[in-house]
Amino acid sequence: MGEISLGQYYPTNSILHRLDPRVKFIGTIVYIVSLFLVSGPVGYLCAALALFALVLLSKVPFRFILKSMKPIFFILIVTMLFNLFLTPGEELAHFLIFRITREGLVLALRMGIRLALLVMGSSIMTLTTTPNALTDGMERLFSPLKLIKVPVHEISMMMSIALRFIPILTEETDKIKKAQIARGADFDSGGLIKRLKSMIPLLVPLFVSAFRRANDLAMAMEARCYHGGTGRTQMKPLTYAKKDYCAYLITALFLALAIIFRVKGW
Amino acid sequence: MLIELKDVCYTYGTGTVYEVSALDHINLQIGEGEFIGIIGHTGSGKSTLIQHFNGLLKPTSGQVLFEGKDIWEEDYDLRSLRTHVGLVFQYPENQLFETDVLKDVMFGPKNQGLSEEDCRARAHEALSQVGIPEDLYGASPFDLSGGQKRRVALAGVLAMDPEVLILDEPTAGLDPGGRDELLREIRFLRDKRGITVLLVTHSMEDVAQYAKRLLVIDNGKIAFDGAPKRVFSHYKELEKMGLAAPQITYIMHALKERGLDVDLRATTVEEAKRSILLALSQRASEGR
Amino acid sequence: MPSIIKARGLGFDYVKYTDESENAERVTAIREIDLTVEKGTFIAILGHNGSGKSTLAKHINALLVPTSGTMWVDGIDTAKEQDLWKVRQKAGMVFQNPDNQIIGTVVDEDVGFGPENLGIPTKDIWSRVDDALSKVGMLGFRDRSPNHLSGGQKQRVAIAGVVAMHPECIVLDEPTAMLDPNGRREVIEVIRELNQREGVTVILITHYMEEVTYADHVYVMDAGQVVMEGTPREIFAQAERLKELRLSVPQVTELAYELKKAGADLPDGVLTIDELVDALAPRSEQYADRA
Repeated sequence: MGEISLGQYYPTNSILHRLDPRVKFIGTIVYIVSLFLVSGPVGYLCAALALFALVLLSKVPFRFILKSMKPIFFILIVTMLFNLFLTPGEELAHFLIFRITREGLVLALRMGIRLALLVMGSSIMTLTTTPNALTDGMERLFSPLKLIKVPVHEISMMMSIALRFIPILTEETDKIKKAQIARGADFDSGGLIKRLKSMIPLLVPLFVSAFRRANDLAMAMEARCYHGGTGRTQMKPLTYAKKDYCAYLITALFLALAIIFRVKGW
Repeated sequence: MLIELKDVCYTYGTGTVYEVSALDHINLQIGEGEFIGIIGHTGSGKSTLIQHFNGLLKPTSGQVLFEGKDIWEEDYDLRSLRTHVGLVFQYPENQLFETDVLKDVMFGPKNQGLSEEDCRARAHEALSQVGIPEDLYGASPFDLSGGQKRRVALAGVLAMDPEVLILDEPTAGLDPGGRDELLREIRFLRDKRGITVLLVTHSMEDVAQYAKRLLVIDNGKIAFDGAPKRVFSHYKELEKMGLAAPQITYIMHALKERGLDVDLRATTVEEAKRSILLALSQRASEGR
Repeated sequence: MPSIIKARGLGFDYVKYTDESENAERVTAIREIDLTVEKGTFIAILGHNGSGKSTLAKHINALLVPTSGTMWVDGIDTAKEQDLWKVRQKAGMVFQNPDNQIIGTVVDEDVGFGPENLGIPTKDIWSRVDDALSKVGMLGFRDRSPNHLSGGQKQRVAIAGVVAMHPECIVLDEPTAMLDPNGRREVIEVIRELNQREGVTVILITHYMEEVTYADHVYVMDAGQVVMEGTPREIFAQAERLKELRLSVPQVTELAYELKKAGADLPDGVLTIDELVDALAPRSEQYADRA
């Protein structure tokens, strides 16, 4: 109740779940890059097959993967329609002011497939990796940036604290909203200005609460001897296992394949 | 009848895997001027229940009537219902937002569409009723002490001049002194203004002291509904629900078991004292 | 018994700026506090809201440093900046709001947070975490998200987080104020067990009188000073004085106090139901009646 599932992690035990988050992160980037490298039907077919294999490996029910499409469904349709109607070229059909061209059709299909594969591909990462593991993985991947004074540890600590507090603050927002509705507040009617104004009784208490929580948390962290990343050990350090190296190898092969496809124009 | 619930059910997350039934066929009538204690362990459904009284939650099935009218009828004015049925949430000080105390208390009356003057008058009255001195009216609500903030938040609901006041654990986090003061003020409101009070609490002792009727909620159902004394006599069943009777009830039962002829229905210190002194003097005279 | 915490003439002032007046106001939060806590004891500090008890607690963990007087934790002066982390490791702290002190998104990671900061090797962190979680009875919840726990469970995780740092003493600042009766019971039971079985020194700050029944020694604070001090029995015998201090006594103590005032033959400061019942209707008499 009041718990939003962040990053939509699907808890089960598959080989993909057990992979090092760094591998999954890099794998996802490679997959996305490859989607833009290939441009022919054979290439997309291969990408789709790869995705299908990953879904099977992840043991995540397919409907959860489809669910990830929901928020971008609208964007997907709009992008496809724009490409379909606004691309000049050899006319296939037309009605009223709309013209459909061969080039438009191809482009729309290509964009649609690309976007769909991209979203589903990255959702496999978020479905099989806890937000926390992902944060850890990114901290480690970006740790070379510490050399150029990027506060990698601090950023990752901030991200994991945010992950912990977003559900709490969401619940709190709901509570404050109800409390103000009980005092006769109206959040749902009126014009834009009136609506924005009506948010004040919600936002002020929310900020006050967030600051108080931040203050409390800072004190609790200090009380537990937190003093930044220096001299700190890790309870769950990331270490690569054999399967992670295998996964890197497969990723590299996949990238190589995509480059070949690109060159050949498949 | 002031408020009536007919066969009310409420389910969270209908149609998802997380579907939870929070209220299960609740039938309930609340009359004018009652002082009702509502008790149930965390997750029993009591918070869900009180949000039905002012239309913050809509029952999945069943009816909620206020003064005989179904509040979920097509053209029922829910916003005006909420001024009749005031709901003070747990830690209500978290809802304070205005730049000064007076303005914050005026928020409710303003939403009712009252004139600036009327709002001010209502706020003054409400603040004096909860014992906030006038020199604090201009202060920022965030500069007040915890107990004062709580009172200002309570005044914010009282200023809407509700007929029913629902309080969700109003004394949580207060020290014993603050707790007693607040409860006495609530009782005063009921006695003086005839407000119907519904008090959600974890303290059986407070219920014994203040409430005339006790509702025990367990697993989304009303497990007991009656005078606190009668409900407490079922203390063994209450324990099975993760609740307990007031300490006094246990003392009286233990004394009775040891052969001291005390009144088992005593639930407050005052009643227990009288009954024990009586029993002691009886025993002394028999002994002679 | 060696003392683990010692305060002499402890005082803390802070400066408060008000909106209207430009001049700053000096506020005294606590003053002239003398405190000696022996190793392995269970100490309770009582006081109404605003009596200064939280300010005092924060001095034990060096979250605040005294403006007058001295506080020693295991012989270390808390004002010495170079020993700050030593003090905080020795005196762990649990706060009131369970949500605002859990850092990890998974229970065991949160418990490991303190040891990580201390630079404990990975393998040892795991054994410390296992040990701490089992001591508070939360081992079965190690993979859960703290957001799915009850208030009492969250506080037990917070306590485990401190236990995993292997402190000499644990300071709990109103750990039960936001919990329901069942959560309160859970937390108090865990605290008592840590004190009795593990010999951890406990300093419990609260305004729930039932919770101090088992304390070895009780301090009562008002207006930043210690105004009463003694065993729970000695403190509870003064029911009227406690009421003046915006505190209360458990119903059983109040009843015994009232009965005694009315002439009943009862000892001072009755703490438990059994005690009162035994005094009013002794077991032997019951058998005598039957005989």
